[in-house]
Amino acid sequence: MSFDFPLLSLIIWLPIVFGIAVFATGNDRNAQLARWISLVGSILGLLVAIPLYTNFDSATGAMQFIESHVWFERFNVNYHLGVDGISMPLILLNCFITPLVIVAGWEVIKERISQYMGAFLIMSGIVNGVFASLDAILFYVFWEASLIPMFLIIGIWGGPNRVYAAVKFFLYTLLGSLLMLIAFIYLYLISGGSFSIEDYHKLSIPLTPQILIFVAFLLAFAVKVPMWPVHTWLPDAHVEAPTGGSVVLAAILLKLGGYGFLRFSLPITPDASHYLATMMIVLSLIAIVYIGLIALMQVDMKKLIAYSSVAHMGFVTLGFFLLNAYGIEGAMVQMISHGFISGAMFLCVGVLYDRLHSRQIADYGGVVNKMPIFAAFFMLFAMANAGLPGTSGFVGEFMVIMSAMKVNFWYAFLAATTLIFGAAYTLWMYKRVIFGAVASPAVEGLKDISKREFVLLAILAISVLWIGVYPYPLTEVMHTTVDQLLAHVSNSKL
Amino acid sequence: MQNLYLLVPLAPLIGALISGLFGRFIGPVWSHRTTILLVFISLLASIVILLDVLEGNIYNGSVYTWLMTGDTRFEIGFLIDQLSATMMVVVSLVSLMVHIYTIGYMHDDPGYQRFFSYISLFTFSMMMLVMSNNFLQLFFGWEAVGLVSYLLIGFWYTRPTAIYANMKAFLVNRVGDFGFLLGIALVLMYFGTLDYAAVFTQAPGMVDEKIELIPGMPWLVITLICILLFIGAMGKSAQFPLHVWLPDSMEGPTPISALIHAATMVTAGIFMVARMSPLFELSETALSVILIIGGITTLFMALVAVVQNDIKRVVAYSTLSQLGYMTVALGASAYSAAIFHLMTHAFFKAVLFLGAGSVIIAMHHEQNMRKMGGLKSYMPVTYWTMFIAALASAGVPGFSGFFSKDAIIEAVNFANIPGGGFAYFCVLVTVFITALYTFRLIFMTFHGQTRMDAHTKEHLHESPWVVTLPLVILAIPTIAAGWFIGPIVFGDYFNNVIYVLPHHDAIEKLGAEFTGIGGMMMHALSTVPFWLSMAGIFTAWYLYSARTDIPGKIKVRCGPLYKLLDNKYYIDEFYSWLFAGGTRTLGTMLWKYGDIKVIDGFFVNGTARVVALTATVVRRYQTGYIYHYAFTMIVGVFVILTLWLY
Repeated sequence: MSFDFPLLSLIIWLPIVFGIAVFATGNDRNAQLARWISLVGSILGLLVAIPLYTNFDSATGAMQFIESHVWFERFNVNYHLGVDGISMPLILLNCFITPLVIVAGWEVIKERISQYMGAFLIMSGIVNGVFASLDAILFYVFWEASLIPMFLIIGIWGGPNRVYAAVKFFLYTLLGSLLMLIAFIYLYLISGGSFSIEDYHKLSIPLTPQILIFVAFLLAFAVKVPMWPVHTWLPDAHVEAPTGGSVVLAAILLKLGGYGFLRFSLPITPDASHYLATMMIVLSLIAIVYIGLIALMQVDMKKLIAYSSVAHMGFVTLGFFLLNAYGIEGAMVQMISHGFISGAMFLCVGVLYDRLHSRQIADYGGVVNKMPIFAAFFMLFAMANAGLPGTSGFVGEFMVIMSAMKVNFWYAFLAATTLIFGAAYTLWMYKRVIFGAVASPAVEGLKDISKREFVLLAILAISVLWIGVYPYPLTEVMHTTVDQLLAHVSNSKL
Repeated sequence: MQNLYLLVPLAPLIGALISGLFGRFIGPVWSHRTTILLVFISLLASIVILLDVLEGNIYNGSVYTWLMTGDTRFEIGFLIDQLSATMMVVVSLVSLMVHIYTIGYMHDDPGYQRFFSYISLFTFSMMMLVMSNNFLQLFFGWEAVGLVSYLLIGFWYTRPTAIYANMKAFLVNRVGDFGFLLGIALVLMYFGTLDYAAVFTQAPGMVDEKIELIPGMPWLVITLICILLFIGAMGKSAQFPLHVWLPDSMEGPTPISALIHAATMVTAGIFMVARMSPLFELSETALSVILIIGGITTLFMALVAVVQNDIKRVVAYSTLSQLGYMTVALGASAYSAAIFHLMTHAFFKAVLFLGAGSVIIAMHHEQNMRKMGGLKSYMPVTYWTMFIAALASAGVPGFSGFFSKDAIIEAVNFANIPGGGFAYFCVLVTVFITALYTFRLIFMTFHGQTRMDAHTKEHLHESPWVVTLPLVILAIPTIAAGWFIGPIVFGDYFNNVIYVLPHHDAIEKLGAEFTGIGGMMMHALSTVPFWLSMAGIFTAWYLYSARTDIPGKIKVRCGPLYKLLDNKYYIDEFYSWLFAGGTRTLGTMLWKYGDIKVIDGFFVNGTARVVALTATVVRRYQTGYIYHYAFTMIVGVFVILTLWLY
């Protein structure tokens, strides 16, 4: 189909331009102005993303909304954008989450507001850039650039141990992505001088280099997802990050890793993917079971949700490497759903943290007596986190478990333990925080959620229920792309 | 008609939403009016649908496509036949009665609107479960009723026991659902669809299919599927060893104990197996497992009921044991008898629970039967309705429970698969125990001396009409529902719905001897179950009315046995040590050693330390003194030259 308007560029650059404009409002005297510019920018960012959905042609697996301009002619680097059924939903998710994060930080952030808001807007644009890039160097630039705002968000507005967490986050992810750059350069050389990702998909590569490329990509993506055993940066980062940072980290940044597997690992190195699939499945299952058990014992709410994120992202990587349609689509649904649920869970913890300045489960108890509306929302999201049917959390897990059964009974068996462990850690936390008699004078003084918080949580609640009750439209847009990807992966490139 | 099908689940859902979201604006009265009206509509629609189904109009169709992936279409749809229509009427009738009863039971509770919202939501979920035409929606309803059960057990959320019980209930159910979901996944894998009709048509062709879970040990796929599905049923229908959650669920308000934890939700597992009869019939191994599990539950839970003193707990253990009867019936391929007992049990157990609730209101929320006694004259309506229900429960001829239970016992007698003998022994002995504990409850509560304090005694009075009306209405089917055993169990009521292999068909053999309900009652007089039941009632009268000093002596004489029963065989303690404790220890170990020590301590921070250490060492070479560098250079030149010359 033809679509001449540079929509993707608009989706990428509009938030960035607004972000810079927010920076320009300067110090906190213009805080209100900064807030409103950010809100307008983020909502516009969401509005311009809507045509992406309405004009999307789900009958084709090819790239759409393509833009291509020469960037560095000498190295054949192009400003080459386009989306398919895999990247489009992720862009929408990102554009959807950004206004929520802006609103979440509205009154909570009291220092350097313009910089905080600006960082989120810029990050939103950069992440859109990651999802839309079809040129490896452009992708790499956006990929690395996305680290900077998050590094600052954790490092400036974070908790007491923020520097350790920010540096750990930065080094961990940077180390992974350097190997990805080396892989790109190698691919550039063997492809005869191209940085086009779509060209890489067509390259035939012998098994040994395929495995090496796969491993290079794996390190970059596994750290982002994060997969076991390179997950330990995530709990620290989440604990120290401000609420908005946690939301974006969990809802969006983790998806970059998942996206990477689908855009690079599977299509560029299909034989290595098959060859190493068992290893990937085992790592994913460890994430689901081992991390589930660890999550159970957490005493810090944010750490618990961070660990539960790792376990849920285990379903994403598991779904990818089962290499069938249920698995990949299930993993995609899981990514979107996890965006809503983890975002909502972190917002819920944020609501409590803003009031009591503690994330320790032991400091709460009986919150429902004072905050019944909040407790109802939190219940919904906790159940979604535990994968209750009717919420989005069920859909992806269900599809991936169905997919795992096709491959091996025991894979499905281990994956399905999430039904028990997921419910155990979520509900046990919920019980200790929300239920019971009022546990302390601090809890006694709690006020129920404000209108602002209500709107935030209500929007997420509707999204979670909508995907749970009617996921059909979501999987519809990715069908053709996933089928094409699977057909591609099943052909050897040796 | 299709719109009517939609109305059945949607009406209560709308009620739940109105009462739940807007309850604080419309107030308690309008909350209960709205929800009751909508459940009433649901009941009327269900009755119309049942009558329509009896005319032969079966419906199987989809409402919308939930998801499409690969080549599979997952749909939300309805299968309306005799089985689902019967369940719909039972569910909506009991639900409506419980709604009305709640007005009286919960009238000063601050969570009044929330309660109505939950029970309407439950009705919606249960309807989705029974009306489903596919495994996926079944699982939806299955988990949704679990959620509502969780919410309602923890309704009084400030009580530590309630919020412990609700989490326990959810997690134990999740263990069952774990098996259930794996069973569904296997169905999808081997049949390529989750639609009942399509699966059942293909099932006979699958009997020889094998799967190797452990290399070298092939299993029949059908057997594995059936056992996994049955694990789900064990969770929901509280069969040993997943029964532990049901007694604790009594922490919830009594109306929901009647609705969810006796009459409807806990029978979902029974309903499911009956629905899946075309699958279960193909696996004798699975049927044997069901027989044995059911037998154990029937007998051992009934024994516990005898020593309970909390009025609700007696009824709860009785429910477990009665669910065991239904399960045994399923194992004996007497599906129609199981469903029939499900129905009669729904009525008489609802009366027992609601009656117990009525007593609890009168006693100012005292549940210990040792502090009751002599309530008969104060609460005649409650007494007589409960008495009728007790007769039904004990299986006295003429009352509903007699017919359904007798059919089960006779059918099990015919079961010729492994475990049949054991199950028959269990169900037979339990007849005596059932009569004993039921009438123990009646005598301790309503007869003899009053044992409550003076204040409570002064205020004793019959409950208001909103409480007694449901009791009276439900007492009617408690007596009469059994009279329909001819057509429902032995007749062709469940034709084309329940499928039984000819050589399993005990019901067929019983049906040949069936000469009408009068004949059945006359025949019963000469059989063992009748006399066991009479002996049970007599024993209860003798011990708890005539010679009340004896139970205490028995308790002392049989100390260890009493202790074992009183502690419910120590299963709770064992589970909390092994599963709760074990998981926590494992989790802590993985966290402290796996994550903190090994991954973070050794690899991550270790790497950082190695880099730092190397830097510290290497830094020393960069002293900045020109003569250090010159010296190093000279050494280097020498080394290189030596190597080169050599």
